[in-house]
Parts: sequence; C-alpha cells; structure tokens
Amino acid sequence: MTAPLTNATAIEFDHVSFRLNGRALLEDLVLSVKAGETLVLLGRSGSGKTTTLKLINRLLLPTAGEVRVNGTSTADWDPIKLRRSIGYVIQDGGLFPHFTVERNIALVPRIENWPRERVAARVRELLALVGLSPELASRYPSQLSGGQRQRVGVARALAADPGILILDEPFGALDPITRSEMQKEFRALQQRMQKAVIFVTHDLREALLLADRIALMEAGRLIVDLPAAEFPRSEHSLVRAYVEAFSSLPDSRLPDSCATARLA
Amino acid sequence: MNFFHFMMANRQQVLELTLEHITLAGVATLLAAAVGIPLGILITRVPRLSKAVLGSANIVQTIPSLALFGFLLPAPWIGERAGRIAILALALYALLPLIRNTYAGIQGVDPAVVEAGRAMGLTDRQLLFQVELPLASGVIVAGVRIATVVSIGLATIAAAIGAGGLGEFIFRGLAMVNNEVILAGAVPAALLALAADFMLGRLERRLGTLRSKS
Repeated sequence: MTAPLTNATAIEFDHVSFRLNGRALLEDLVLSVKAGETLVLLGRSGSGKTTTLKLINRLLLPTAGEVRVNGTSTADWDPIKLRRSIGYVIQDGGLFPHFTVERNIALVPRIENWPRERVAARVRELLALVGLSPELASRYPSQLSGGQRQRVGVARALAADPGILILDEPFGALDPITRSEMQKEFRALQQRMQKAVIFVTHDLREALLLADRIALMEAGRLIVDLPAAEFPRSEHSLVRAYVEAFSSLPDSRLPDSCATARLA
Repeated sequence: MNFFHFMMANRQQVLELTLEHITLAGVATLLAAAVGIPLGILITRVPRLSKAVLGSANIVQTIPSLALFGFLLPAPWIGERAGRIAILALALYALLPLIRNTYAGIQGVDPAVVEAGRAMGLTDRQLLFQVELPLASGVIVAGVRIATVVSIGLATIAAAIGAGGLGEFIFRGLAMVNNEVILAGAVPAALLALAADFMLGRLERRLGTLRSKS
C-alpha cells in the first residue's frame, strides 16, 4: 500500500442524499476527511451516522450526490476493491464465529493471496499492535472477552494496511473500564498510523477524546462540523443540549474525567 | 425365537436385501442433496422464487407414497426399471427437508456477520463458501438426517413395484401372514434408520458447536 499523502482528501461527501422507500435517511450531506485526520460522527440513534459509513464502502449507493473515495466516486469503484481498501470495525467485532482469531485477522490478506509466511508475520505484528498475546491466535471468538474480541476486530480491519478506517460504535458494547482503555489505546494507535478515520459514536466524551473534528448529525442532516476543541463552545442549541446532557452526568464532575478536561 | 432362526437361515438374502435397501435410500438421498441444497441456496439469492420452490416441494410431500410410485411407472426411461422409479420417488420426498433446511440455515446466519464479510470485500461466492455455508452446515446436516431417515423408511415400499430392498420381506410376510418374515424386513430397516440417525446426529452436533462459537 502506498503511504497516504498528507492533506490529501481521502473521503468526500458531495451533496449526498440517501432515501429508502421515500424516507430520507440522509439529506444533502457535505463532508470531507483528509488522510491522517480523525472525524467523529456524533448523533443519536437514527441520525444517519451508520448510513453515512455504509455509503463510504458502498454497502449503499447515494440516491443523490456523490461520495468520493481517494478522488473516485464510489459508483465508479469496483465494490470489492473499494471495500478491501477500507478497514471496517463494528460493534462487538462482527467476527466470524467459525474462524480462529488468526483466520479472522488474516481474512483480507488471504483472499488477496498473500504468501503464507507474509500472512503469518502480519498476524503476529497485528496481535502485538492491538495488545493481544500471540497465544490467542488459535482461539475462537467465543473464547475471548468482549475487549479482546474488539481488539481482534481492530486488528482485522488493519490487516491489509488500508488508508481509510471506518468504525461504527466499536466500543459501544464494552464495560466502562475496558472501553476507556480501548479508547486511549486507539488514540495512541491512530496517532502512529496516519490514516483517514471516521468514527461513529453517540458518546460525547468518546468523541472529544478521539476526534480531530466532530460532525454532529440529527435526523439525517449535518448540524455542525467543528474542530474538537471548539465543539463544546459552540452556541448551537443541539450542541448545547449534548454538552449539557453529558455534563449533568455525575461522574463527569470527577477531576480525571476526559470530558471535564476538554470542556474546561 | 423363530424370527432369529429365520434370519440365520436366510442370512444371505437378508444381507443382499439390506445392501439393496441401503443403495436405494443412499442414492436417493444423494440425488436429493445434489438438487435440494443448490435449490435451497438459490432461493436465498433469488427470494422471489422461494415461495414457488418450497411450495412445490411441499406438494410433493402430500402425495401418498404408493401412489407416487405408481404415477412414475409410465414415465419414459425411468419407468423401464423399478429401481429408477423407486430412487426418483424417494428423492422427491427427500427434497423438502433439504431445501427447507438449507434455506433456513443460511437465512439464520447472523446478519451482522454476513454484513461484516461483505464490508471487508468478500465476493458473493466467498461469502457463501467461507461464511454462510459453514455457519449453516449444522442446520443443513439436520436436513440430510431427516431426508436419510425418511428415505430408509419409505424405501420399504419400493418392493411393491419390484424394486427390492427389505420391503420384500415385509410384503412377503404380509402375503404369508407370517410375522417372522415381516420382522426380518422391518427390524433391519429400523436398525438402519436408527444407525443413520445416530451418525448424522453426531455430525450435526459437531457442526452445531462450530456455529455457536460466536
């Protein structure tokens, strides 16, 4: 894989709408993500976040407008090639239950016919990268904890070194402590990787921790798209509602809470 | 006691008819699997065909078996040999559990897992062979198991059209009003069905644990 040019636009939504049975799930979305940048899509359930992700890897095609990945419209991409060049992480990993950890991680390299030794080396490298012991390689997903499954999910998405990584509430099913660990590790990982990352969450604190930019969505529309540091200061009523909802949580008063650190 | 004497005295014929019985049921099940499993896969890909396919297989099941053997007698090529008629009729009965279980097994695979596979760039064929079929295999084998047991049971009727098998003893015993002779056909046929059920059940459980590794 070629190293992404810094500041090159990796993903671009050009007035994109998506309708299903006459209902608009996404309306006139304009958004772009550069290589090395992490955009967090924030919003409640049904706001269009997941639809936005599925338009990037062509699980869906826009009904109006154009989504461009590395400058080419997704409609013109070979969907198989496109998807293999985008890492995708979903809640609880979405691992194949009948494959071992090793085969799960090696999925894309194997179907891309990498030589066997290179696949094995890549699996070892990725297990180390996501902080998993090599002994876990021969386990099945059911024999792992939720946090370990999620790490395997991240390793699998990174296997073929894609320039783009999209994550759909990856840490949503984890307990708070594991989630917090995973968030910190992911942030460190992402600073080393320099990929274009789109991360979907409904957790403001997670968004503030991980994002370079935060795009707030509501009912299929983009409400604001701001640098993470400016987001909590926005005067927009919906942003205010979000910030208030989170600062009214009792634990956000704790001194080491990331939210209060960023909000201050 | 007379039953055992009869079995021992006629062990050569018991063995021959048992082998014939296994051939009839085995070939019919294989034939049904070769048609039914691909049909089951097809209707997961082309859902608008599912009603017609499952409906037809259902109707076949409602035809009384003896009548179905009779209906096939005048059929060209097939009607020339009793064995062919028997195998075709048995295969038609075995079709429904195979189509239905293949369809249900694939439909029952966790949609999140299928979508993850698609999102990672698996082609339709890779998705089918590497994800959907392995995860559906327990349910599909359950269909093979039902089809096999049904075929072994129904194959006893094949003797009515002269296709052989353990039904020979049963029909002969009925004509002679001799329970020993009936049992000489019925007991081995029942044992065959139990053995097949046991072996395929073990395979099914092994594949089922694979599926539940989620």
